Amino acid sequence: MAQMTMIEAIREAHDVAMAADERVVVYGEDVGYFGGVFRCTAGLQEKYGKSRCFDAPINEAGIVGTAIGMAAYGLKPVIEIQFADYVYPAYDQIVSEAARLRHRSNADFTCPIVIRMPTGGGIFGGQTHSQSPEALFTHVSGLKVVMPSNPRDAKGLLLASIADPDPVIFFEPKRLYNGPFDGHHDRPIVSWKKHPLGEVPDGDDIVPLGKAALRREGNDVTVLAYGTMVYVAEAAAEATGVDAEILDLRTLLPLDLDAIVDSVRKTGRCVIVHEATRTSGFGAELMSLVQEACFYHLEAPMIRVTGWDTPYPHAQEWEYFPGPGRVGEALKKVMED
Amino acid sequence: MSDDVSPLSLNVPEPGCRPGDSPDFSDFEIPRAGSVPRPAVDVDPDEIRDMAFSIVRVLNKNGEAVGDWAGALSTEELREGLRHMMTLRTFDARMMNAQRQGKTSFYMQHLGEEAVSCAFSRAMQPGDMNFPTYRQAGLLIARDYPMLTMMNQIYSNAEDPLHGRQLPIMYSSKEHGFFSISGNLGTQFVQSVGWAMASAISGDTRIAAGWIGDGSTAESDFHAAMVFASTYKAPVVLNIVNNQWAISTFQGIARGGVGTFAARGHGFGIASIRVDGNDYLAVHSVAKWACERARRGLGPTLIEHVTYRAGGHSTSDDPSAYRSKSEAAAWPLGDPIERLKQHLITIGEWSEERHKQAEAEILDQVVTVQKEAEAVGTLAAGKTPSPRDMFEGVYETMPSHLIRQRQEAGF
Ligand SMILES: Cc1ncc(C[n+]2csc(CCOP(=O)(O)OP(=O)(O)O)c2C)c(N)n1
Ligand SMILES: [Mg+2]
Repeated sequence: MAQMTMIEAIREAHDVAMAADERVVVYGEDVGYFGGVFRCTAGLQEKYGKSRCFDAPINEAGIVGTAIGMAAYGLKPVIEIQFADYVYPAYDQIVSEAARLRHRSNADFTCPIVIRMPTGGGIFGGQTHSQSPEALFTHVSGLKVVMPSNPRDAKGLLLASIADPDPVIFFEPKRLYNGPFDGHHDRPIVSWKKHPLGEVPDGDDIVPLGKAALRREGNDVTVLAYGTMVYVAEAAAEATGVDAEILDLRTLLPLDLDAIVDSVRKTGRCVIVHEATRTSGFGAELMSLVQEACFYHLEAPMIRVTGWDTPYPHAQEWEYFPGPGRVGEALKKVMED
Repeated sequence: MSDDVSPLSLNVPEPGCRPGDSPDFSDFEIPRAGSVPRPAVDVDPDEIRDMAFSIVRVLNKNGEAVGDWAGALSTEELREGLRHMMTLRTFDARMMNAQRQGKTSFYMQHLGEEAVSCAFSRAMQPGDMNFPTYRQAGLLIARDYPMLTMMNQIYSNAEDPLHGRQLPIMYSSKEHGFFSISGNLGTQFVQSVGWAMASAISGDTRIAAGWIGDGSTAESDFHAAMVFASTYKAPVVLNIVNNQWAISTFQGIARGGVGTFAARGHGFGIASIRVDGNDYLAVHSVAKWACERARRGLGPTLIEHVTYRAGGHSTSDDPSAYRSKSEAAAWPLGDPIERLKQHLITIGEWSEERHKQAEAEILDQVVTVQKEAEAVGTLAAGKTPSPRDMFEGVYETMPSHLIRQRQEAGF
């Protein structure tokens, strides 16, 4: 065990995977010599050489397209898109190519690539450094979509993603890189240094894809959350005193439906929280699944707490960001209904 | 594997100099000022292919303006140009500092690149449209866009013309020929070609200018822009600002095997020129030539402005982690403000005292405006735009779901 930030945990996952398997190559914008603008790949070029960790030209379609070609050859590219907000030029390569390669070639060619990208807001990044586009990827058959919320999961899930035979979109909530964040932006910054989830196992232990984690046990309402919103939900439960059960979904696709259904059947209530915009967001999918599986167990209408359907604003960040106040209101409301 | 070939290896270009190395620009060929002839504006792009490998320069080591490209500006205009660049630099320094004091979230400066946007601006006419990146605020300063409005946006205060929605420095002003900056690299380069095509479709005489950084030329949008500009002979000037770095990545990663960025134009049959981006007179003269070509329907021009990003990429960046601290000082094309100042002194139209006095006046002006902006508000101190503003302007008419969400939000 070692105490780490999420950045260090991600770096270590790369290190472990690169040491174990020569086929793992790592690249992206500013990823090589500098080690990435968030430093998640620092030291890898020095350790594994320039052919296994290098800077890419600024062309996201090119980064993903070449990764698909490398995977077709037999390598395992782990690539970085500098911010999730900049993935769109690569969307065609991801959706039309990476996601379908196995199916359309009947596994003649496959695409074991990991596409990492910092996601989410809370850093005053405005509309081009704050977006949460996970639903654009969960809508695509053939992709897996992962979002860790702490250093321990980040390392284990990244190792599982690299080992996975299919393309994985790996979202890293950038506001969590250096510490958990519960939305109380006016309070002192908390670091991972003393946090139990900052304790990261050594070696190559994976956290399996498709398994949610129970972050808080409770009896009154199930909160489905992932990424930064896990901490916001915890803070809201503490503040309101509502006995909430908080599930950190960790993998959005494939989803741990069993964990969700077990919890909602127990509590009979459900609040869904995500930072992304509401309309056609991942919360809509979660609501449908819960409705299909738990309708007769529900005692109140489900509630979604999400970002608003606007571009992510700069000055109004904290009015946009679904903070503990809004989540707390939803918890109280779902208990009154 | 065939027996007669050795194993392949990956070519990853490296800059000449990393932290700890001493910078060496001896491989960097700098033609003498005045040595590149100025062709007629209706020249066949094929006949000036060598211009993509040379550098148009006007100011020589002694501060004299020499050669065919000299003589386009009056001394009054040159003094004004100097003032624009000095204003931009002072403005940047104050705003960098304001960011450090926590008054705003983020800032990007132009240090060392002031000539590019300030001089180019002079070649454009009212009604023309720039599609800038975040490092061309000189286009606004030189067009007398109110500095107070710029600061209000940087502070995201209640007078921010973009209502706090957009990042600091991602300005927008149709009136000043300045298209809204998005922040996504490369996207706007191709839009400039579309704007120019629209001018041609409409039988107008207005032209557009696209802007892109060296690193961003790697984006597919760059190539899309080039093919559309080439096919439709769009009235556009396509500017590459080669400041040698894209955050931590040196220009060789985007340039690859081609000799220069300007040479990319050749495959598209586009007139392509390199210019000394730290030479105010050269930038202006080349810009004027290219704008005239565009306006006369003679086709697009690709200009590579050869310059150096003397500061960090942004307030989030510390370049000492990836390049030598002494590289900026070793940059062989010097400093644009210093060079224009020397030129004016050489021709007897400026002096050290006048320069000092101008510096003091400009600082005074910027500080006065800054106080005014800070009195309106800053991101840190509040008096920021209303949360209502984030719901406005998503559509022309707010749809019912947004009205409901705004009510739910309590605004
Ligand atoms: C599509 C996209 N990808 C990545 C980024 C992140 N990014 C912002 S600036 C930058 C470097 C740009 O370098 P260059 O084009 O040379 O312009 P310069 O900053 O040097 O003016 C990068 C990679 C972005 N803004 N948009
Ligand atoms: Mg650059």
